[in-house]
Amino acid sequence: MSKKTAEKKAVARKDMTMLQWTLKEMKRNWVAYVMVAPFMIIFTLFTIAPVVLSVVFSFTNFNLLEWPDFVFADNYIRLFLDDDIFLTAVKNTFIFAVIVGPVSYLMSFLVAWFINELPPKIRAVVTLVFYAPSISGQVYLIWQTLFSGDSYGWVNSKLLEMGFITEPIQFFNDADYIMPLCIVVALWTSLGTSFLAFIAGLQGVDKSQFEAGAVDGVKNRWQELWYITLPNMGPQLMFGAIMAITGAFGFGGVVTALCGFPSVDYAAHTIMHHLDDYGGQRFEIGYSSAIAVILFLVMIGSNMLVKKIIAKVGT
Amino acid sequence: MGKKLRTRNHKVVLNRSRGGDAGITFVLGILGLFMFLPMVYVISQSLKPLDELWMFPPRFFVVNPTLKNFTDLFTLMNTSLVPFSRYIFNTVFVSVVGTTGNLFFSSLAAYAMAKIKFPGGKAMFKTVRTSLMFHATVTAITSFLIMSKLQWIDTYWARIIPAWATSLGLYLMKQFMETNVTDAVLESARLDGASEFRTYWTIAMPMVKPAWLTLIIYSFKDLWNAGASVYIQSEQLKSFNYAIQQVMAGGIKRAGAGAASTVIMMMVPILVFVISQSNIIETMGSSGMKD
Repeated sequence: MSKKTAEKKAVARKDMTMLQWTLKEMKRNWVAYVMVAPFMIIFTLFTIAPVVLSVVFSFTNFNLLEWPDFVFADNYIRLFLDDDIFLTAVKNTFIFAVIVGPVSYLMSFLVAWFINELPPKIRAVVTLVFYAPSISGQVYLIWQTLFSGDSYGWVNSKLLEMGFITEPIQFFNDADYIMPLCIVVALWTSLGTSFLAFIAGLQGVDKSQFEAGAVDGVKNRWQELWYITLPNMGPQLMFGAIMAITGAFGFGGVVTALCGFPSVDYAAHTIMHHLDDYGGQRFEIGYSSAIAVILFLVMIGSNMLVKKIIAKVGT
Repeated sequence: MGKKLRTRNHKVVLNRSRGGDAGITFVLGILGLFMFLPMVYVISQSLKPLDELWMFPPRFFVVNPTLKNFTDLFTLMNTSLVPFSRYIFNTVFVSVVGTTGNLFFSSLAAYAMAKIKFPGGKAMFKTVRTSLMFHATVTAITSFLIMSKLQWIDTYWARIIPAWATSLGLYLMKQFMETNVTDAVLESARLDGASEFRTYWTIAMPMVKPAWLTLIIYSFKDLWNAGASVYIQSEQLKSFNYAIQQVMAGGIKRAGAGAASTVIMMMVPILVFVISQSNIIETMGSSGMKD
């Protein structure tokens, strides 16, 4: 095919309505639709459709047995006015997310930045040390052994030995300790995708800018970070934030594995647990859908908020 | 890198105070210990003989290392109701088929979204990108209903097919193609009469090797680490990780075998990462989100 015919094929936009042009373009690029079809069909079926269905079901009393009735906002009203455990779950989710999200984000960035100037081989080893906990599956269960509730637990035995306590602490069965411990474990597994993205982003900053900066009077590494590195990393900072926030909201499974379900006094009960309780165990699909919709809105909302904040840092 | 730039003959001197270096090394050391010690403890536990596992006061490091926990684990495996090889097969089968499909479908869609301008392409990508903002727990219940409507409950498909379309896989692949596959190369292939599929497979894919390695690792890691699934009820279809958890749930006598199994499970993703680290970092270089 010569170049001329290729140019002829591209549809000129004038002399046509928007609709006609769109249809022409769609016809011309039919291959593209074939290419995205398998992915988009599966994605629609298992990501988009579940969200849409949740929204629809959340206004009904669907319970898998009877034909659902439309109940307006009853589920939402019940959640906020009649369900104390849900409010506990909201509180816990926020505590969890507000601590784990930002701390894991900062930790990922700082560690990536600290190791940026190390020689490549050493950097690779240090990267592995920090990244390993997040890819090692169930390895976080070791915290149960370390913080075991009897005196055979390493932490308890050390505390007993040093005389801080006289009785072993039931760490994972004590409402006072569950939340802080789960947060620590969550942080331990949180140096994941955003960490790697930051390492790559830091490597990608043009080195000559640092030299130019040094000539222009950048005095120390902190000024360099603020005036040169961060403005160069806007897109990576954004991507990392989304990974960190979504991750912080998704730690429910870790909590269940560590503290059981439900946790003592609902001390580590999150919205995700509440969702699973009503959807997965009691089959109140309508009610659990309302929980899912709220969780969805909270996640999207916090991501949007953080995106706005980061857009200001990056510029 | 800083050291290379700290030349005295030239005027360029990057300011790196000794105090700052020391402070950073100290913080890095503390964080490093926090990350590393639990991992060491797992390995130490897996090598402890029974009397050391239940010694009071417990010791952090193993004194008389033994491989008995590992041999015990294999003995335990032989006594299970469903042969252990079946669990291993399930995990390997689901991981391999799931990862292969994900690699193929995600990269195909990513190629079309990155390199062909077609109505709706941008909107589709934006939708996929937005889905990175919520965790899959949100959709767990309704996904289950869809699965049961499709009658995929208690089949391999329930675990494999959703793994074929992961948002993060498509996102990373598309971003990487955008920066690393030049339009000029594709254009000349198209002018030579190559179909889009041919261009995708023979020109674009070889140019994005780091991205597909990353996709393979991410997908494989998730499928490999998957434990009990709500979609699977038959013992014959359950995963290796689930079986391992059953071993650990066996109580005091199995603490050693449990630690041994954790070590075996964690070694696979770690080894895969060690081999492919530089490729993953390269892929992440184009992961940035612009708006």
